[in-house]
Amino acid sequence: MANTLNSENQFTLVIEAGRADRHYWLDIWRYRDLFFFLVWRDILVRYKQTVIGIAWVVIRPILTMLVFTLVFGKLAKLPSEGVPYSLMVFSGMLPWFFFSSALSESSNSMVTNSNLLSKIYFPRIIVPISAIIVCLVDFFLSFLVLVPFMFYYGLFPDWKVITIPFFLLLAIMASLGCGLWLSALNIKYRDFRFILPFIVQIGLYVSPVGFSSNIVPEKWRLLYSVNPMVGVIDGFRWALLGGNFKLYLPGLYASIVLTLIVFMTGLSYFRRTERTFADLL
Amino acid sequence: MSVAIKVENLSKQYQLRHQKQQRYVALRDVITNKAASAWRGIREIGKTKSISADLTRETFWALKDINLEIEQGDRIGIIGRNGAGKSTLLKLLSRIIEPTTGKISINGRISSLLEVGTGFHPELTGRENVYLNGAILGMRHNEIKRKFDQIVAFADVERFLDTPVKHYSSGMYMRLAFSVAAHLDPEILVVDEVLAVGDAQFQKKCLGKMKEVGSEGRTVLFVSHNMDAITAFCNRGVVLGQGEVIFDGDVARARSEYLRQSTSKHVSVENNSGRGGSGGVNVEWVGVETPEGGPKNEILVGDSLRVGLKASVADELRTRKDIQVAFGIDSEDGTRHFTFLSSWIDFTLDVSAGSINLQWYIESVPLVPGRYLISATVLFQGETLDSVQHCAEFRVSVPQKHMHIERLQGWGVLDLSCKIFNR
Repeated sequence: MANTLNSENQFTLVIEAGRADRHYWLDIWRYRDLFFFLVWRDILVRYKQTVIGIAWVVIRPILTMLVFTLVFGKLAKLPSEGVPYSLMVFSGMLPWFFFSSALSESSNSMVTNSNLLSKIYFPRIIVPISAIIVCLVDFFLSFLVLVPFMFYYGLFPDWKVITIPFFLLLAIMASLGCGLWLSALNIKYRDFRFILPFIVQIGLYVSPVGFSSNIVPEKWRLLYSVNPMVGVIDGFRWALLGGNFKLYLPGLYASIVLTLIVFMTGLSYFRRTERTFADLL
Repeated sequence: MSVAIKVENLSKQYQLRHQKQQRYVALRDVITNKAASAWRGIREIGKTKSISADLTRETFWALKDINLEIEQGDRIGIIGRNGAGKSTLLKLLSRIIEPTTGKISINGRISSLLEVGTGFHPELTGRENVYLNGAILGMRHNEIKRKFDQIVAFADVERFLDTPVKHYSSGMYMRLAFSVAAHLDPEILVVDEVLAVGDAQFQKKCLGKMKEVGSEGRTVLFVSHNMDAITAFCNRGVVLGQGEVIFDGDVARARSEYLRQSTSKHVSVENNSGRGGSGGVNVEWVGVETPEGGPKNEILVGDSLRVGLKASVADELRTRKDIQVAFGIDSEDGTRHFTFLSSWIDFTLDVSAGSINLQWYIESVPLVPGRYLISATVLFQGETLDSVQHCAEFRVSVPQKHMHIERLQGWGVLDLSCKIFNR
């Protein structure tokens, strides 16, 4: 017995069916350079390939903001809780755009990187995470646009602004959770690629991006908050704009709980199917 | 000598889907299939056992019960026909796929090179790609930094370091890609058919580098169809056939074992046992032709030879100008006599119609009488799209039977037209 143990120890790596996850988290640390380079590559390529480059992450939310302000604020005359409508839209759009692009990028990341997956080993989870980091960079860039806006309207955030990282983390976990689910499913069933834009489109309208979630009737409010992005967007508005925005705590808890559920199940599904990815590609 | 790699009872099973030749599963098909089989199940309640929905599936063992023990410093050539399980074995060793059963124990830092230039991004510059590819192959950031100058010098692309690699010629691209790989510093190196790319000079350089790695006492596993490279470089050969180890031992004997089993009696494109490639092009027909395009299978010594090839090309490749065709002529025992790559001469393959229809023409074939086999491969940027080994044949004969002089073994394979003078 002791003998077999010894001969086991002499090997630095043992490959066996179902054994791949032994050093999983350690492996992620070992492959941190690759992770860094994947992020770096995606950022470089993103800004090299588009003609207007960085300007794009600024133009897109501004244009959407103008349209939403016009449609929901001016035409539908929805309330804006005492802050300029455009500002309300913009502060909700920041996390939404992050979430939607992070979700689509991470879901497609496994298929777009299939050449890597079929030729080298690394913890597969690096790929969707690095896709999300790239979107995070976009998020920070468009966040910078918000600053002059708030100056212009004379709105200065108070202490609550320090809670922003928490809401951002919630958005990251929600997008990563969904992204892990979808990227794993996307490898197995390629038509998830077509379902995804649909999810994102619907999400834009069921999340309080163009309007304040206060217009949702009180009795539906908790159910409405099951959408994790409701908690995130409300949190952003509360932390940045002040005004009449209040945190609807039961709703926030619902968002957090659901985000955690999606994240944990997504992670475990991804981990379970990960080892067959290269076979399916 | 200590053991570097120990492979025990290793098997890998795949499920083949015969249905409609889909490349991937779509959820809608799963739903419709499930619904259909449920319906079938309902109808057959009370009857015989319900037919399983897996009618269209078949299991296939890519590797069956492989046992290998590789010593440190061994240079092993893994040979076998396409589909014999070589790539599966390498992928298992590189942890890309998981074994179905069995165990691999590895002792030492292992690097695998299954493809040259994995992860190269056309938009990034040469410099950026070196760092990226280095990281992908498992080098540390500092390691790449330290070796950067060496890598660039080996690839000989100093002047274009800050040019996006999409502007590189395919030769420069391959050189840079291989150069990064060549500067890996593992204890165990796993290499798939990567030497099949680039020009002869570059191949020589690569082989030189491989020898250098081998002579440093490192363990190398090397897959190739290039028997000369294998015999020159390896000290041990493992022949795989249909997922099993057929021969394991001395490399020269492994070579003859492989050649013996690789000469098939059926020569046709259909049911070609040596078929392989990543797809995109499907070779439909290869054959020896008369100048008018009619079939022909016998030529005279020194005659011209015309080989026709027809293939279909996938839509996404139709705009490509750099698809290449390679032909090979082997003798009956499988020894390669001649290889031709269309990029050697100034030729652009026309695939714009979604098909390939070409004729390969040799003005004079100076081979001794006998039976010869033709292999054809369609390549794109060094990657094999479709390859058919020994898919057509021709016979070389002499004009009049009485002129035929029986050549003994070892008298050579050429029949050069000669004259001799008294001076």
